[in-house]
Amino acid sequence: MRIRLALPVLIAGLVVAGCTPTASQVDGPSEQQGAGALVVGVTSDPDTLLPWTATQFQAVNVLQNVYGTLTEFDSDLEVVPGLAESWETSEDGTTLTLTLREGVTFHDGSTFDSEDVVHSLEAIQAEETAAVARTSLASVTGITAVDPSTVELSLSTPDAGLPSNLASINMAILSSQDETSALETAPNGTGPFTFTDRTPSQSLSLQRFDGYWGEAALVEGVEFRVIPDETSILAAMQSGNVQLSVLDDPLVAQSAGAGITIERTPQLSYHALQLNTRRGALTDQNVRLAMQCAIDRQVVLDTAALGEGEVTGPITSPAYRSDPADRPCPTRDLDRAREYLAAAGEADGVTITAIVSQGEYATSVNEAQALQAQLAEADITLELETLESGAYVDRWVAADFEAAVALNGGRPDPDGMYGRYFTSEGNLNEVAGYSSPRLDELFAMGRAETDENARREIYAEISGELEAQAAWIWLFTGYTYTATTEGVSGFVPLANGSLQNLRLVSVS
Amino acid sequence: MADPSPRSPRRLRPLRAGLLGHPVVSRLLGAVATLLGVAVLVFVLLRLVPGDQITANLGTEAAALTPAQRQALEAYYGLDRPPLEQFLGWLGSVLTGNLGWSGRAQVSVLDLTLQALPITVELAVLAIALSVLVGVPLGMLAARRPNGVPDTLGQGASLLGLSLPAFLIGTVLLSVLSYRFGFNPNGQAFAGLFDDPVRNLQQMLLPAVTLAIGISAPIIRTTRAAVLEVRGLDFVRTARAKGVGERRLQVRHVLRNALVPIVTMTGLQLGYLLGGAIVVEQIFSVPGIGRQVLLGIQQKEYALVQSTVLVIALCFVLVNLLTDLLYRLIDPRVRLS
Repeated sequence: MRIRLALPVLIAGLVVAGCTPTASQVDGPSEQQGAGALVVGVTSDPDTLLPWTATQFQAVNVLQNVYGTLTEFDSDLEVVPGLAESWETSEDGTTLTLTLREGVTFHDGSTFDSEDVVHSLEAIQAEETAAVARTSLASVTGITAVDPSTVELSLSTPDAGLPSNLASINMAILSSQDETSALETAPNGTGPFTFTDRTPSQSLSLQRFDGYWGEAALVEGVEFRVIPDETSILAAMQSGNVQLSVLDDPLVAQSAGAGITIERTPQLSYHALQLNTRRGALTDQNVRLAMQCAIDRQVVLDTAALGEGEVTGPITSPAYRSDPADRPCPTRDLDRAREYLAAAGEADGVTITAIVSQGEYATSVNEAQALQAQLAEADITLELETLESGAYVDRWVAADFEAAVALNGGRPDPDGMYGRYFTSEGNLNEVAGYSSPRLDELFAMGRAETDENARREIYAEISGELEAQAAWIWLFTGYTYTATTEGVSGFVPLANGSLQNLRLVSVS
Repeated sequence: MADPSPRSPRRLRPLRAGLLGHPVVSRLLGAVATLLGVAVLVFVLLRLVPGDQITANLGTEAAALTPAQRQALEAYYGLDRPPLEQFLGWLGSVLTGNLGWSGRAQVSVLDLTLQALPITVELAVLAIALSVLVGVPLGMLAARRPNGVPDTLGQGASLLGLSLPAFLIGTVLLSVLSYRFGFNPNGQAFAGLFDDPVRNLQQMLLPAVTLAIGISAPIIRTTRAAVLEVRGLDFVRTARAKGVGERRLQVRHVLRNALVPIVTMTGLQLGYLLGGAIVVEQIFSVPGIGRQVLLGIQQKEYALVQSTVLVIALCFVLVNLLTDLLYRLIDPRVRLS
């Protein structure tokens, strides 16, 4: 009967072991890192520590706290000075002179100056670096260090979106003395936190950089702790082990219990039904307009995403936000949809195939099914091709689709957001599936215009043109949910989902 | 099989047959063939899945790459070499102990595996221990009086254990315990068994229990069936007639003779667990081998997935060999045959 005795003893042992040191469970990490360390729950660890090639959300979030950029975004996504204290555009718009901040040091102690800027921007332009922001510098033909604190960018054409583009972490300024291969394991930036260590798939730790040029971070350090499941992150917050997290899934966010504050932030990224106007029935503008009129965006939002979001037009950045009512059918209109179909000579109905990603984001399949049901009522058959996310990305990248249910990232500047999609020379134009001489002209005007109000008008016109042509069907923007536990304050969430404000967070 | 060699076939044939026919040698050869098959299969399957490490890293942003940028990335990830060269290069490295490099973690796959494998082994052993400790006594109890109350309860419990998926048990356990009691050791940074044994065992408790619920079900059933079969045999009646006490009879005579199927079932379950209890490792943030494979597949880190799967297959083969050896220990009849 040893077995019978052993069982209760073992279980009791495990439970006792599991129940004893409650205090250390709650503040376990702070004990290791000193009081005031903040634990951020993340679903995955960064897939790279090189800012120039980082596109993964988690990587961007870590790197934004380690590296510095010439310009930055404030909480309204307006461009504010970063490593460049100020900048000035020449009268003809073809020279941008940046005055650099003095007294800035990298984490390794070396001094930041114009040489680092020239080195970084030139490396981003070089194709062998495979930097993702390369095209944001397409207008830049020359980068000159005038003196240690002045850099001059020569432009082929005026580029009003450039200061905003320089704020992306993909434009991070690296030290000219560093080899990129070394930075893959030991980042060296000018940001408010220094990289300390990392256990792959478990955690990554940062420490406050006391030599930061701005106001130093309030917490001593940050630990990004990998908890792959959002429900489990919430459970870890409930038990006090994690203090801050950015959640995507509205269902999970809604299940947060007492003691956790959830703040919703509308996102720049947008849900859309991308149409490839160079294929099949969709070459006919009337078919596209018929689809646009047959869709009730609010219903798609309600059924697929629990109503968590806002119906949107093309441009989602706060300063240039499109008016969602400015479109051929501001509300669903099945009669007009049928008229458009008849005008296209397709009164008996058309069939369109759409690719849908499964697993890339929570709402994709539900969204696709809601669209399918609504279009069916207007005699438009939407055939869904549901693909594993890798297969979806492959098809999307190759522009191998008639229509695509997509969640695309937005950018604070509308030129950076759509110039690459809807200009005939844009590097994503094949994927966008639409361009026109009028749009080329408008985007060129937008780039050349430096007056804010005049720019707004131009982009409102671009937005109207995209809707009138039904280039794509824009649906809605979602929220991200910043969850914080009691005692955590000061965090300012941004519409681009950025965690760049971690230095403002304090833990009591 | 005719020997193609014309020279002295008579001398060679018995020697070869003798060596190959030896159970240990044939087992080892079989194991090597299995591992090679796994290596080829995983290599091919990974490349049949659409996308590569570039699209996995950049997502739709990969559409914006210029041809030269793409070339630079292909060279960086080693995707520019022909598949056969990739396979032979990888296999050659593996044979010299180099399992590859993980670009995501910036660590060698060997280091990653050495970190993750012991964690999964610990979890698997704990889960198996728990399920054997629960499953075998319950199975014996159920077999005592077939269709009696304990039997019906045991059958019901095992049916429940079989039908409840691990993700449900895990999520419910975690949520209820952390919401109601603030108990969530898995929310803390993961601690290794030798770094902090107390916290480590706390963190292993819930995942092990979750796994054990599912695994004890087949063990209960197997034990019940095996015990019922052995109980009806003559030697049990003889033992009872000789006056052997009931408890001693159940454990020393019945259970011992019913062990072979129970060990088989346990070994099988252990083998599967070593493949990584991916779902449970995800829910409880246990950085085991299952998560390593999952992340590798998501990131399309070919070398990492190939090597890790090979290691898992090796573990599976080893567990099967050990199970076979155990038969010889517990059942003299196997030794004789």
